[in-house]
Amino acid sequence: MSTSDRDWDEGGPERLYVITGGRAESTEQADLDLVTLIVSQEEPKAGIQPELAAILRVCRSPVSVAEISAHLALPASVISVLLADLLADGRVEARMPASSRPDIALIEAVIDGLQNL
Amino acid sequence: MVSRISDTVTEPRSEDRLPASASSAVKIVIVGGFGVGKTTFVRSVSEIRPLTTEETMTQAGAGIDDIAGVERKSVTTVAMDFGRITLNDELVLYLFGTPGQQRFWFLWNGLFEGALGAIVLVDTRRLEVSFDVIGRLEEAEVPFVIAVNSFPDATSYLTEEVRGALDLPESVPIVVCDARERPSSRDVLISLMRYLRTFATTSEST
Repeated sequence: MSTSDRDWDEGGPERLYVITGGRAESTEQADLDLVTLIVSQEEPKAGIQPELAAILRVCRSPVSVAEISAHLALPASVISVLLADLLADGRVEARMPASSRPDIALIEAVIDGLQNL
Repeated sequence: MVSRISDTVTEPRSEDRLPASASSAVKIVIVGGFGVGKTTFVRSVSEIRPLTTEETMTQAGAGIDDIAGVERKSVTTVAMDFGRITLNDELVLYLFGTPGQQRFWFLWNGLFEGALGAIVLVDTRRLEVSFDVIGRLEEAEVPFVIAVNSFPDATSYLTEEVRGALDLPESVPIVVCDARERPSSRDVLISLMRYLRTFATTSEST
């Protein structure tokens, strides 16, 4: 929630451009929500791009796109571009979020879960 | 300086891992002005230490790039803290504490579009900062409840005074909370869900 104008990590946009291979984020992103859960389907192979290897390790159990972004210290928009590659060849599975127009059953499940806190 | 991705990656602690059966997630957005207690709220109910996702805004002066590309672009980092609650073996709730300034909202694709609803956290000492947020949520048709974070030195407002000051219809719930306390923050979340349930009931019966 804070803002700062310090340079992001190693210098901002140029580094992100390199990580994503220069692809436009808006066109090459997988259709993923911040809370889409990602699960690895395989262990990283030797020689794989380090960022992709890191995603495969973090996602050994279901992890949201937002959490991947936090663990890799990369913007969620960049993570979405990277995930598009992993999804395309089945190296990760995406579990889509529940509908944003929730039905009674979903609402009750959320209330029950909260009451157990 | 060369950095390696392995230096910056943290892996989730084993006790923070979701069960393999987790199959879908929902999200609620906590909105409010600077310093109103969004992160405090998220921290009090989250089962994990709040995490941070960042996006960058790049502002280049018009034409500067064309000349030589030497002028440094200005990069602003906008951070959003979030937490998580595992509701059952399959369902997970994420809570995002979002900057009040609406110009940052678009940085996160579909942040509000996919949300169950929003909690507008307000400080009665600075109610005016909530006007813009409430207007935007109404425009975007995101259902919300108002949670008055009861700061110790704040004048104790009646919820109806807050309703009048914010010009809100009777239908919008207003609750008082102490964002530092887990049961209190949890009750705010339950209030939002009960409010959503009234919509779901209405739409099915008509």
